[in-house]
Amino acid sequence: MSVSDVVLLSPSRSWGVLALGSIIFVLSFVINSEFHFRVLAMVFIFALAAVGLNVLMGHAGVVSLGHAGFFAIGAYAVAIGPAHLGLSSWSSMLAGVILAGLIAFLIGRPILRLKGHYLAAATLGFGLLLFMVLTNEVPWTGGPDGMSVRRLQIADWRPAGAKFWFWVAGCMLVAGTWLAINLEKSPTGRALRAIHGSEVAASVNGIDVAHYKLIAFIISAVFSAVAGAMLALLDGHVTPSVGGFLLSLQLVTMVVLGGIGSIFGAVVGAAVLVLLPQFLTSLHEYEHAFLGLVLILCMITLRAGIVPTVAAALKRR
Amino acid sequence: MSELLQFLIAGMTVGAIYSVVALGFTMIYNVSGVVNFAQGEFVMLGAMLSVAGITIGIPFPVAAMIAIGFTALISVTLYDLAIRPARGAPMFALVIITIGASILIRGISKIFFGTSPQSLPSLLGNTSINIAGAVLQPQSVVVVVSAVCIFIGLHVLISKTLLGRAVVATASNRMAAQLSGINVELTTRLSFALSAAIGALSGVLIAPITLASYDMGTMLALKGFAAAILGGMGNPLGAVVGGLLVGLFEALSSGYISSQYKDATAFMIIVMVLFVSPNGLFGKSGYERV
Amino acid sequence: MSEDLTEATCNLVRDIALKQEPTLKKITAFLTSSTMFLTFALSVAYAAEPIRIGAIISSTGPASFLGEPQGITLRHYVKKINDAGGVLGRPIELIIYDDATDANTARTFAARLVDSNKVVAAMGPSTTGITLAVASVFVDAKIPLVSLAAGVEIVEPVRPYVFKTPHTDRMVCGKTIEDLKVRGIQRIAMINGTDGAGKTLRNECTAAAKGAGIEILADETFNPTDSDMTPQLTKIKNRPGVDALLVGGFGQALALVTRNYGQLGMKVPMYQAHGAASKAYIKLSGTASDGVRLVAPLLVVGEKLPNTDPSKKVVLDYDKTIRSITGAEASTFGGYSYDALMLIVNAIERAKSADPKDIRDALESTQGFVGVTGVFNMSKTDHLGIDARSLYMVDIKNGDWFVKP
Repeated sequence: MSVSDVVLLSPSRSWGVLALGSIIFVLSFVINSEFHFRVLAMVFIFALAAVGLNVLMGHAGVVSLGHAGFFAIGAYAVAIGPAHLGLSSWSSMLAGVILAGLIAFLIGRPILRLKGHYLAAATLGFGLLLFMVLTNEVPWTGGPDGMSVRRLQIADWRPAGAKFWFWVAGCMLVAGTWLAINLEKSPTGRALRAIHGSEVAASVNGIDVAHYKLIAFIISAVFSAVAGAMLALLDGHVTPSVGGFLLSLQLVTMVVLGGIGSIFGAVVGAAVLVLLPQFLTSLHEYEHAFLGLVLILCMITLRAGIVPTVAAALKRR
Repeated sequence: MSELLQFLIAGMTVGAIYSVVALGFTMIYNVSGVVNFAQGEFVMLGAMLSVAGITIGIPFPVAAMIAIGFTALISVTLYDLAIRPARGAPMFALVIITIGASILIRGISKIFFGTSPQSLPSLLGNTSINIAGAVLQPQSVVVVVSAVCIFIGLHVLISKTLLGRAVVATASNRMAAQLSGINVELTTRLSFALSAAIGALSGVLIAPITLASYDMGTMLALKGFAAAILGGMGNPLGAVVGGLLVGLFEALSSGYISSQYKDATAFMIIVMVLFVSPNGLFGKSGYERV
Repeated sequence: MSEDLTEATCNLVRDIALKQEPTLKKITAFLTSSTMFLTFALSVAYAAEPIRIGAIISSTGPASFLGEPQGITLRHYVKKINDAGGVLGRPIELIIYDDATDANTARTFAARLVDSNKVVAAMGPSTTGITLAVASVFVDAKIPLVSLAAGVEIVEPVRPYVFKTPHTDRMVCGKTIEDLKVRGIQRIAMINGTDGAGKTLRNECTAAAKGAGIEILADETFNPTDSDMTPQLTKIKNRPGVDALLVGGFGQALALVTRNYGQLGMKVPMYQAHGAASKAYIKLSGTASDGVRLVAPLLVVGEKLPNTDPSKKVVLDYDKTIRSITGAEASTFGGYSYDALMLIVNAIERAKSADPKDIRDALESTQGFVGVTGVFNMSKTDHLGIDARSLYMVDIKNGDWFVKP
């Protein structure tokens, strides 16, 4: 894998990225409420994590039930760094991202030799272990009640407010999507898709399966960590639930709902899962039941996920 | 010594609980290839519907049977309305459907049952049995014996009855089974019903030990899944052994290492086992057509 | 009123149309009736303008055991207040959100309450961790928040707009340790949940024990979702020299710990914290609960109070109301939300204004307010308002409470 794998840019491949960027740009003028900026910032943050997970699930074919663990590493890094280690928020974020990549490398090597449900179970174990560490190591992490996160500081300016994070998360999402698209079209991406299609055939063709799966694992971990760090800075507070099983499940659902293998599907899936509960609050106690129903109906009718099914339908016209 | 014995008893009790949940996973996985994340909810429904029955005055055994029957019905409905229409959909989609189903069932259960924890009566009373300084609850014995009985019953069903052989045939090649004259839809429905019935029955039996509430399903599904993985997905003996082992790991690490990390220790051990035996203890290695 | 106005207007218009000089009488009639009409219309519009009060509670998720009774209490009592004419002649519009016991979700709803719903006051969240996560949203927006969580960190240090109604875990532990001292107990074991409630109780009781020179011989934990705690209890049982066992946490795990304690035949005195203060706990624990000593808030022992106590009536009324809705006893968690709502209503009435800052100032000057958790006396430095006097040490015998004198 080389640098050219991710920085190739060709006009025909970037229309989607431009469209996304334009949508974000237009939204910033249409929206004027702090609350709406916050919700959209969250959509972008989770979309970034989902795009990363999609590289792992959609291209490399690995289901990870513990990806919230990497999300939490990023989130807690920006909490623990300033509070316990005297680092600045920036260096903490960088440290968290590097740590996530490192941990992905260390556990990825052994775990990725497993397959299917067994691999999923191993990732589940990783996620649960991290969650327990976050809950139990009270002096470091604040325990089950979490800890506060020092706000970002750039020189003398303390940006606060959802609008700032709307822009930052939006830009990061655009960057992340661009990276993912380039990865997809690059030799590395092709290798990954070959592996997803058939590992045996791919390795017969000379592809180092384990190597590429590990790369996908690390990339997805890094995406999640960046997203987690942004969420922690946006919220100003972090609790162990950012690394919990439910969040891992949400990330997986976002990718599948939006369409496995589709980068923009991951973005759409994230948007649906973040926005839908806001619209369902009027249902009060029926909210969760309704959410479950929506998931079932979506997967029955839009089998390949929202974006691929819609795209295929449009193509047929 | 009595301390170790106590830990072992605790491990067997909890392990038997995981075993029956894992058996349910295994059944549905074998017949449809789907890991049914709603399995934990079937256990919950068995327990909570029995409680509801008792509350309105129905005698316990009758309430339990109605609860088990009703849960089996819900499972078949789930298959008909959510899984069969998605036949041919990629595996991921089916998994999300079962997750959606578990959220739906949990959401509706909360509305009907509320959030207060409930209990069910023990089948053999509450007097502890003393064994060499350790204490054993009669209901724990009931649960362990039931797990073994369910396993034996399933084994007999699969190997000795026509229905059982139809299930195996449907699981290995649906088309061929259909061509052989097997009613695959009926077989699948029966498997779903049976799996839910097993789950519901185990709910009724474990509630006296674990108490019951509308959200007990999630954790049970997780542990049952881990147990099924350890034993080898799709292997009933693996489910039972896997469940017992997970329970034992938990109890022993809680007793000897740290109660804070007992769940993590159990999972770590599972992962270690998987490194050595990538398809679980008894799972068969799959093959891939290229 | 509108007929007068219509008549007066018609008269005036007719005069102007017929180019006749309107008489002074007709002009006066028009001016009077229109002024009266406008005043009435404005006052009706103003009176109809509801007072928006928000609430973020955990109706689902691990803390749903706390949030469900809170939701029931709030909805019922807001309706009751509105049926009786509202507050300052205006109805209360209650906006409740379920945070599913997730801090991030709660924070989003906090922003929604403040920015979109424009509430003037808010109640909740149900747990300490989530309260700390959302507090800054309300402090920044200068909207008073009355939390329903126990953690002492919520009001210490005092945040300008954050209040709370439950007793702190520090008070609960203080009461327990005091009782241990009276009994001359020097060495204890602890077993706590790994959740927020368990952790804060563990911290506070450890600190209180150390302060009283009591030694902690064993420190075990359990997960709130565990089904069996016999390994941990066996370790404690086999530890020589333990004279008392302190249990901290919430939910059904407390009953399971108690059951396991009974099954193992343990005899060392067991102390529970206020999370176990409910008849449901006694019922689920069975006979093992006999002899358990626990710290119970006022609500639970209401009927045992002397008739001269002003709190008794309030507590019994609340309990009766909840029983008529749910068929079961009132829960202390629901009681916290009752107090929060009534404190806010009381503050609005005293301040004669529904402006957030006025509500906050009025809350701070609450004196002698009789709630179901205690009698509240707040100040600029005390945003809780109650103390250990409304906590009672009780023994459980034969399924009922016995208040220690």
